Amino acid sequence: MSNLLKKVNWMTLLIPVISVILGLLCGAVIMLVIGYNPVLAYQSIVESIFLQPYYGGETIRAMIPLVLAGLAVAFSFRTGLFNIGVEGQLMVGWLASVACAISLGHLPKILLLPLSIVAGGAAGALWGFIPGFLKARFKVHEVISTIMMNYIALYTTAYLIKNFLYTEGERTPTIPSAASLASPFLANLTQGSRLHWGIIVAIIAVFAMWFLLWKTTKGYELRSVGFSPDASNYAGMSVARNIMLSLTISGIFAGLAGAMEGLGTYQYMTISSAFTGIGFNGIAVALLGLNTPIGVLLAGALFSGLQNGGLTMQANAGVPVELVNIIIALIIFFVGSSYAIKWALSRFSRKGKK
Amino acid sequence: MSYAIEMRQIRKEFPGIVANDNITLQVEDGEIHALFGENGAGKSTLMNVLFGLYQPDRGEIYVHGEKAVIHDPNDATRLGIGMVHQHFMLIDKFTVAENIVLGREPKKNGVLDMKEAVKVVRELSEKYGLDVDPEKKVEEITVGMQQRVEILKTLYRGSDILIFDEPTAVLTPIEIQELIEIMKRLVHEGKSIILITHKLKEIFECCDRATVIRRGKNIDTVKISDTNPTELASMMVGRKVHVQVNDAPYNPQGKVLEIEHLNVADARKVEVIKDLNLTVHGGEILGIAGVDGNGQTELIEAIAGLRKTKSGTIKLNNQDVTNQRTRKMIEAGLGYIPEDRQKHGLVLDFSIAENMVLQTYYQKPYAQMGILQNKVIAKKAKKLIQEFDVRTPSEKTHARALSGGNQQKVIVAREVDRSPQLLIAAQPTRGLDVGAIEFIHGKLIEEKKKGKAVLLVSFELDEILHLSDRIAVIYEGYIIDIVSPKETNENELGLLMAGRKKGGSEA
Repeated sequence: MSNLLKKVNWMTLLIPVISVILGLLCGAVIMLVIGYNPVLAYQSIVESIFLQPYYGGETIRAMIPLVLAGLAVAFSFRTGLFNIGVEGQLMVGWLASVACAISLGHLPKILLLPLSIVAGGAAGALWGFIPGFLKARFKVHEVISTIMMNYIALYTTAYLIKNFLYTEGERTPTIPSAASLASPFLANLTQGSRLHWGIIVAIIAVFAMWFLLWKTTKGYELRSVGFSPDASNYAGMSVARNIMLSLTISGIFAGLAGAMEGLGTYQYMTISSAFTGIGFNGIAVALLGLNTPIGVLLAGALFSGLQNGGLTMQANAGVPVELVNIIIALIIFFVGSSYAIKWALSRFSRKGKK
Repeated sequence: MSYAIEMRQIRKEFPGIVANDNITLQVEDGEIHALFGENGAGKSTLMNVLFGLYQPDRGEIYVHGEKAVIHDPNDATRLGIGMVHQHFMLIDKFTVAENIVLGREPKKNGVLDMKEAVKVVRELSEKYGLDVDPEKKVEEITVGMQQRVEILKTLYRGSDILIFDEPTAVLTPIEIQELIEIMKRLVHEGKSIILITHKLKEIFECCDRATVIRRGKNIDTVKISDTNPTELASMMVGRKVHVQVNDAPYNPQGKVLEIEHLNVADARKVEVIKDLNLTVHGGEILGIAGVDGNGQTELIEAIAGLRKTKSGTIKLNNQDVTNQRTRKMIEAGLGYIPEDRQKHGLVLDFSIAENMVLQTYYQKPYAQMGILQNKVIAKKAKKLIQEFDVRTPSEKTHARALSGGNQQKVIVAREVDRSPQLLIAAQPTRGLDVGAIEFIHGKLIEEKKKGKAVLLVSFELDEILHLSDRIAVIYEGYIIDIVSPKETNENELGLLMAGRKKGGSEA
């Protein structure tokens, strides 16, 4: 019986790896069918990321918000909640960090930069807390409320920019350099990519999630409530409070993702009529990363690598960039369906035990 | 002489475990044959082989002396083997008759003939003394009735060998008696019965012979009239069993729990606890007897702060704790072994170590400044695992991977180790085998000896009678009477549980 369990655990680890391989293979088949050379295409992705500093830099740059968004989703997952609102939390975080940077522009960098980052996290926290509160107090399902909060975020940020922080080009003014995460040093190192110091924030966040969930009493409580609200209740924990706390912390990760875009990549925020997509990709990253911090980091690296390295596919192999999105979708499809396989397997082994 | 069923040298392996190791089972015509063993001994596997759900790796099956190959349950049915499953396979929205004929419906001109179905079911139920109304919907009848429907299903399909898979697990004491009568009647009518069980009492009440298996191996087949409960129990667990009896002198001390005029409503706002008064002293085990659904669950939840009371007071150690939060209650000295151990007692996806500190994880020494002290927790868990004999590879094993008995030991270890002033034990031994029951009963008596108050809620009258110093019978949300176990018997308790007080007056 213990043997069987071990096998299932191995399976769990193998699933994402197998899914990635299957996704890449299916992508290759699609390329072959259309008449492209998949070897050339994949070769150009790998070569561009690892041998061309610009694409390497852009990959890491795109990883930053993706990993943070993935952490946000994974964190809520770990506590039994499904936060679809990362996108909205990211947008309010983005705007809050930019607004803070602009309105407190007179402060020195040592104050302004941390303050702006905190502002982003705090705005995300608020945006996460509201659905948490609604769930804890009125049993509103978090999937519904977080989706709604996304739309509120999309149009509220647009309204705020238009009325209070508007400048030419349908966007906010550029933030003062005292609030910027951009680094000429990193840019030079990567031949002009937009790589910025936000990568440090992302890595700290990876560590923070691990520490919080597995090393602290609060994390123990959050995981316990996530696994079994009933048993946690019987053990004297407050399920309602943990739900609110979980979505709030998840919102912080998401808000930070937005702050990284605002203070790092773009240095401003545009009025957008559509979602950034980073929040939704975060769900995929969390799924592929098995909701573990390190897994999220790796999955984020893979997706941003495919997306950025994929840009060179067109030039080198004539393969349209859109194919990368198909591959990513395939990987997610396989992760999803192997969950079904694993579920069937575990059902099976549970029956066998009896 | 040929047997109704003969299974010779059956071997069935699962990855990493031999569930049946050359087991031989011989069931005579017209007998009730017990298949007796601990949880996980391989009883269900063997019966699943007989019923065609598993294929044996080796061994032969003979039905009425003829060699049989049983590929699937349809083969088994054809051979006259019927199974009454522990978890009923009934459709709630269908009537009793519809459920029974399902798959073999009587037809008239190609159309379902429901009248005929009802008639056939009625005839069958009269013949075997199985009192059910064929036209009632399954969701409207009691669990005991539902079980009769399951029995009728097998009879309708012409079975003459019936397998009962732990049939009494879901029944009340009265229903158990009725079931035993039914089984005797079935045998009288020429059927043969295999009774899977780990309860000694049932075996001695109705079985002719018993085959004992332990860890997948045949131990022995004995005639019930030639053996006794202690011997059979020792055979099952493989060592001597001491039936734990509460023999410590009864020295009640101060009042630990005092409940006065308590009223509690359930989720539908129906009052399920009505003006209930109860006191539990230190140094006593107070047993609450009653039929399931008479307010036991709500009473315990109200004490534990899991359910709001409507009126009345609950005092713990002379402190008013009515409607306190659960955590405050735990800190004030409440220990709780919940009825549903998997849902309420454990976080199944947590390790044993994590489960051991489910209420105390935030306290020193398990945490310092909000940081878990995993080494301290692991050390504590190892100690408790040893002390309470939890069979597990390590303290890192998930609670889900443990057997029911070991899961319960984890909960008991956790609750007893906190040394609470009041220990509530709700159905602490439900579904456990003799060895684990013995152990847990011993622990409850130990707590009493230490001067703690123990509130025991159980549907098993034996358990209540063995362990309690006083027995409070709960009926429709209030305590109908409090009796001493030395001055009462199962009959009297049964009447009280049905709402009839001494002197014959209906309450």
